[in-house]
Amino acid sequence: MADWVYSDVVPWWPYVFILLAGWLPTDMWRYLGVVSASRIDETGEAAKIARTIATSLVAAVIAQLVFFPSGALAGIPTLVRLLALAVGFAAYLASRRRILVGIVAAELVIGGWALVAALD
Amino acid sequence: MRWSGLLLLPTSRNRLGLMTTHLPAVSERSDLGWIALGMKGILSPPALILTTAFFGFAGLCREAGISWQEAGFMTAVVWALPAKIILLGAITAGTSLPAAAFAVALSSLRMTPMVVALMPEIRGPKTKVPTLLFLSHFVAITAWVFAMERMGDVPRDKRTLYFGGFAVTLTAMNTVLVAIVFNLMGQLPALATGALAFLTPVYFFNSLYGSARDATGRLALFCGMAALPPAHWLSPGYELLIAGICGGLAAYVGGRLLKLRRGAA
Repeated sequence: MADWVYSDVVPWWPYVFILLAGWLPTDMWRYLGVVSASRIDETGEAAKIARTIATSLVAAVIAQLVFFPSGALAGIPTLVRLLALAVGFAAYLASRRRILVGIVAAELVIGGWALVAALD
Repeated sequence: MRWSGLLLLPTSRNRLGLMTTHLPAVSERSDLGWIALGMKGILSPPALILTTAFFGFAGLCREAGISWQEAGFMTAVVWALPAKIILLGAITAGTSLPAAAFAVALSSLRMTPMVVALMPEIRGPKTKVPTLLFLSHFVAITAWVFAMERMGDVPRDKRTLYFGGFAVTLTAMNTVLVAIVFNLMGQLPALATGALAFLTPVYFFNSLYGSARDATGRLALFCGMAALPPAHWLSPGYELLIAGICGGLAAYVGGRLLKLRRGAA
C-alpha cells in the first residue's frame, strides 16, 4: 500500500483501489455527460485524438495478453497465441465481421494446439 | 450482426439502427410491463455477445490473481469492459494508483459524448436529474447501441423504465455471471482457463477493428499493439499508459498523413 499499487495485504485496499482507479475515472465522465447541457462536439480534432488514444490503450492490453501473459495463458506458447489472434481476425473478416465466428476460430487454434501437444 | 463494437462514440450508423426490431403494440402496457420488456433485451444478439466477453473477463480476473469478490465488485462499479481490462492490466503490471486511474480515465473519456447523445433519447417530461445520473452508470457501448436503436418505439414517459429494465439487468446478470464463472473455473484444467481468458483479446481486437470509423482507428489498433513490447522493456509498470498514448498519437499523425497523401493524389 505504501507504493499505492494494488495489493491484498490489507483486506479493504483492493476495493478502494478499484473504486479510485476504476469507478471514479469512469463514472465521472458519465455524470459529466448528464450534467453538460451543451452538446459536446464529437467530430472535433480533440475528440478524435481522445478516441484514438482510447483505442490504442485497449490495443496495448491486447498486446500484453498476447506477448507477456501471466498464469494459464502463459502455458500456451507465444506463437500459438499470436496465430490464434491472427486466425480469429481472419475468420472475422472472412465471415463479414461476425464476432462470434472470430472467437470460435481462435479457440479452435488453441484447441488444435492442445490436441497436438497431448498426442506428442 | 454488424452492431458497432466497443470503444466508440455515437455514430450515425448506429443511429440508423441496423438491427432495429419493432416492438409489439405499445398501448396498454403498464410500467412493470415496460421494465419487463427492457429486461427481455438481455436476450438480444449484442447482449449475448457481451455475455461471451464476460466469460472471458472472468477468466482474465482469475489469471490476474484477484478474488472473485473483487472481480464481481469491479464489474458492478466500473461496468465498461475496456476500462475494466485496463484496470486489470494495471493490477497485473503493478501500476501505481494514479497512473492506473489516468489510463482508465483516458479510456472512459468516450462515456461523456455517449451519455450526451443518449440523454435526449431517454429523458421524459418528468424525469429528474438524479434518475438520469443513476441510469448513466449503466451506459457502456452495448446498452448505448441497444437504447439508440430502440427508443423510437417506446413512449417518451416509459423510456427510463425500459432503459433501466435492460441496462440494470444486463449489469446485474453479468456481475453474477463473473462471480459464478470465476468459481467454476477452479474446477477446470489450466488449459481451459487459458483458452477462456483468450476470448478477451480476440473479442476486443475484432470489435475494435469493426467499430473503427476510419483508417486512424484501425491504425491505433496496430500502433498500440506494436508499442507495447518496447514500452514493456523501457518502463515496467507504466507500459500500458506509455504504449497507449504513444501508439495513439502515432496513429493520429499516421492517419493525417494518409489523408494528406490521398488529398494530394
